[in-house]
Amino acid sequence: MRQADSTNEAGLIARILAGDKELFHDLIRPYERMVYLTLISIVKNETEAEDGAQEAVISAYRHLASFRGEAKFSTWLTSIAINEGRKRLRKTKGAAEESIEEQEEEHEGDFTPAPLTDWSEIPLEALERKELREALRVAVTELPDIYRQVFVLRDLQEQNIEETAQALGINPGAVKVRLHRARMMLQKRLVPFLKTTAPVRRGFFGGAL
Amino acid sequence: MNLDCKHVWEHISEYLDGSVDAKLRKDIELHLEHCEICSAILDSTRNILILTADDRTFGLPVGYSERLHERLAREMENSEKDSTAK
Repeated sequence: MRQADSTNEAGLIARILAGDKELFHDLIRPYERMVYLTLISIVKNETEAEDGAQEAVISAYRHLASFRGEAKFSTWLTSIAINEGRKRLRKTKGAAEESIEEQEEEHEGDFTPAPLTDWSEIPLEALERKELREALRVAVTELPDIYRQVFVLRDLQEQNIEETAQALGINPGAVKVRLHRARMMLQKRLVPFLKTTAPVRRGFFGGAL
Repeated sequence: MNLDCKHVWEHISEYLDGSVDAKLRKDIELHLEHCEICSAILDSTRNILILTADDRTFGLPVGYSERLHERLAREMENSEKDSTAK
């Protein structure tokens, strides 16, 4: 994810707060995708995610004065998006359902990768296949909540461990554990798919991108 | 030290993030040199990450950005009205 230069960003924020409101459009543009993906990682419904993304951006606009610059703007915005998502989730699931924050870390389960024996690398062609993208989307959506959220922030939005921990309100150690498990679960889910759709053997770095 | 496969799997994620220490990195790489299974697991996991970060994999709804900025523009207009009304 490309992010705005932070000095530039601080300047933009100062000008918006000084009254140049229209500049908020420019401030938010590099993060639109991130806000939507954060929402979809929580609510898992496109319409709900888009509504939530709009609400999160409006909320960031209204509360921009409370952004003090201690955290990065992207982290601050992500926290707003996460809160919006959780609020929506509570509404849909009802109060009886345990909240995401209270979910227990799953210690049960097999987080070892799927061993591969008949091929050594995924061919470039396979990565270009639409079906593989679709399979990955489904697999990510179906990850348990606590793993999906860490995976989306870290690997989809390319935030670092610290930022991910801060945004989710968990410690960096938990981020690492959940990330590892999420990746292993995805690897396991996608390997059978790759085996059947990847008959051509070629090194991933063997071809031009 | 000669690592076994299971030990390598436990560190795949950190290895891919470049956050294992130099000694462990060296041990893992030594293991990978002669273990096709672990190499394949590492490659497939890496490729999943590449695919995840690819903008085409997780797309946005068509018109998302336009609708977002329209909504924002309305919000700005309304807040303008509110502040002049006060």
